[in-house]
Amino acid sequence: MTLRRIALALAAPVCAFTFSIALSSLVLLAVGTSPLEAWLEMLSYGSRLETLVETGNRATQLYLAGIAVAIGFRMNLFNIGVEGQYVLAAMLAAAAGGAVNLPPILHVTLIMVVAMAVGSSFAGVAGYLKVSRGVHEVISTIMLNAVALGLTGFLLRSWLLDEADTTLNMMTPEIPPSGRFPNLNGVVEGLSREITRGRELWGFLLVAILVGVLFHLFLSRTRAGYDLRATGLNPFAAEASGVHPSSTVVRAMLLSGAVAGLIGLPEILGDAHKYDLNFTQGLGFAGIAVALIGRNHAVGVGIAALLFGWLDSAAPILDVVGDTPREIVSILQGVVVLSAVVAFEVVSRIRRATEARDAAEATLPTVAATDGSPS
Amino acid sequence: MTIESSPTPVVELTGITKRFPGVVANDRVDLRVAEGEIHAVVGENGAGKSTLMKILYGMQSADEGRMQVNGSEVRFSSPAEAIDAGIGMVHQHFMLADNLTVLENVVLGAEPTRRGTIDRRSAHRDLEELGRSYGLDLHPDDLVETLEVGERQRVEIIKVLYRGARVLILDEPTAVLVPQEVEELFRNLRELKSRGHTIIFIDHKLAEVLAIADTITVLRQGRTVTTVDSSEVTAQELAELMVGSELPAPSTEPRASDEHVMLSMQGLSVADADGRSAVDAVNLDVHRGEIVGVAGVEGNGQGELIEAVLGLRPTSGGDLLLDGESMAGWPVRRRREAGIGYVPEDRHRRGLLPDAPLWENAMLGHQTQPPYARGPWLNRSGAREATTRIVSSFDVRTPGIDTSARALSGGNQQKLVIGREMQAGPRMLVAAHPTRGIDVGAQAAVWENLRTARRDGLAVLLVSADLEELIGLADRLVVMLRGRIVAELDPATTTPRLLGGHMTGAAGEATDDEGRTP
Repeated sequence: MTLRRIALALAAPVCAFTFSIALSSLVLLAVGTSPLEAWLEMLSYGSRLETLVETGNRATQLYLAGIAVAIGFRMNLFNIGVEGQYVLAAMLAAAAGGAVNLPPILHVTLIMVVAMAVGSSFAGVAGYLKVSRGVHEVISTIMLNAVALGLTGFLLRSWLLDEADTTLNMMTPEIPPSGRFPNLNGVVEGLSREITRGRELWGFLLVAILVGVLFHLFLSRTRAGYDLRATGLNPFAAEASGVHPSSTVVRAMLLSGAVAGLIGLPEILGDAHKYDLNFTQGLGFAGIAVALIGRNHAVGVGIAALLFGWLDSAAPILDVVGDTPREIVSILQGVVVLSAVVAFEVVSRIRRATEARDAAEATLPTVAATDGSPS
Repeated sequence: MTIESSPTPVVELTGITKRFPGVVANDRVDLRVAEGEIHAVVGENGAGKSTLMKILYGMQSADEGRMQVNGSEVRFSSPAEAIDAGIGMVHQHFMLADNLTVLENVVLGAEPTRRGTIDRRSAHRDLEELGRSYGLDLHPDDLVETLEVGERQRVEIIKVLYRGARVLILDEPTAVLVPQEVEELFRNLRELKSRGHTIIFIDHKLAEVLAIADTITVLRQGRTVTTVDSSEVTAQELAELMVGSELPAPSTEPRASDEHVMLSMQGLSVADADGRSAVDAVNLDVHRGEIVGVAGVEGNGQGELIEAVLGLRPTSGGDLLLDGESMAGWPVRRRREAGIGYVPEDRHRRGLLPDAPLWENAMLGHQTQPPYARGPWLNRSGAREATTRIVSSFDVRTPGIDTSARALSGGNQQKLVIGREMQAGPRMLVAAHPTRGIDVGAQAAVWENLRTARRDGLAVLLVSADLEELIGLADRLVVMLRGRIVAELDPATTTPRLLGGHMTGAAGEATDDEGRTP
């Protein structure tokens, strides 16, 4: 029973990934390149320590994005606005960090608090619009994405620009060393070998893991988390059980936005120390895919983030070696998302059917008894 | 599609059996419907009417039995096949797209095409022709969202006729209509009949059935009781056929109630979405240790009354007191924490998280209180223990407490819901149709639980459409009609017929309720 359950749970992602590899291979064959060569190239480049460090960094950001989206998903809220929330939050947090001088821990804390507050309040706008005016959050968050990106550009140009900078790059004033997050190179090098200069495993990885643990504890161990899940599973029953629908919506959006605010920080605190035009965008949308593949579960999202992070980090080799277009990796990621969704649905149907059969069997003795001797 | 005048019944079902886990919904049901008649299928909730119609319309398949249409054996695996055989169904809950016009709704899925595009002109012509010839008054270009309920129903009927149906199944068509609309519907049905259509009509309002039907088939607990000619039967006889000739023995237990008022409604009014009074100045007290039954045809304000007590629906006037304390402004959670238990009318919608395990369902509605919670934290082990207790003491048949609620049969789901409410030790229980759609064994268990709780001093407000249940359980009965309480009866001296009369408003204020003895 339990063994079957585990097998079922594993079957879906494994099938989805195998199917995706097969389909992408067909695409490669169709354009006349050798899929085997491409995959082997990616595997060998992808197993280098530097690529793995890169994978860890990327996965940190994708994980935070996935969790931000998952918080909404768990109560059937589609926070498409993670993208805008994290970009705006990252810029304002970087600006705040560059504007002050504080003792180290306090400085980093301030930056994190600013980022979470900005992400949270920006997501809160969508939550407020939903409960007060009935605006669907998909619409409002998509539009707010445009607002956030426009606002980011505007603020950067008009107020937050580093006047001392003489290059043409537009950026916020640099965050002093006290506002930086230490890297984990020491730990990695202790276990393995020295990392090529210039590469760092961002220490924010630890924060992401902590966020995942808190996310899991919140959902499975707290009353508020139960209310949120219940609303996602059946809003009408949740309401009858005493969950207040509107305040739960607002609360979930605020939480989702707060986590979204953290997405840009690994990069800003660990590497760039400023917000500039090279800041990585698009992670909010990738987070939706990661949350879908990870089934909105703390561990699942982690595995999905690692997979996507690795694919992103290993893909560039395709540009350098052979004649496989690196875009094949984007195709692969897209197919993984679609086939994972299908595979999970198939598995959950199988599980439901099995459960219903087991439950029916549990009823059988009484049916027989009542048929035999009316009491 | 030609009109046959042969004596073969147009629809003949023989020995139809349909089982669901733990329930036999149809047990060797027979139904013979003659060409060109209006045939009513009556029975209480859970008697198997809807299942039978779903089988005839191809939405479900029978486990056993034969179906014949126009004398030839058929087996439908989808509604499309039933439609091809000339059978159409008008559902109780309309299946219309609000933002499309009448015309678009009617042709949806059966669009006439001309060179790959929808042939609106011919559809328009056909629709007006249909409307004219059947006296179904509709404008093809009206948006459905602007239509009244009765008009929407006509759209549904036209939709079925447009697909060439000769046999129309109407599932409780009057449930959603006001009296004038019912008159209009009956006129339409007679018109259809005069043009040779056959109508199968599901209902449980006896006065209506007698007014419109030629033949009546009575179902009880999944079995065919009899088929009678409507001119040869009275409403009372029908009622007795529906509930069984022996009416349940009224509760012989002594009253457990004392003078302590647990729930008091004082001039309680509730407005519906259109601002009309769904509940109109209701005064009702429920005492400790008393079951107060609320009878009424569905849609007369009982649902709104319950939701108002729970705080799920705002009141528009009057006051609600729990144990002497006004609950004005209390959110649902505060009411639940104050000891109001709730057995919802629709357990799937309001009562369960179908995809969550049983132990998470057991805490639903009590998630802020021990043993399910400890401060802001859930108490998982406490919750699991409590669930195990509920499962064993309320005889919930399940492989375990980690099974999802969806997997259980209706009766077991309901035992879980009742169990979790009882386990929490409520002061006041609000129960709506607690035995709807569950098998006889589970029904008896639910009744026993309610009786036991009442004996221990629980105040119960029981809304039900099952007259047997009301008469057998309640200490006091009130009847709701159009949002008001129109009668208060003593269950010991009440018959279903008397109750039915009050429910439809036909009864007489002339009848002296209290003075009667059986």
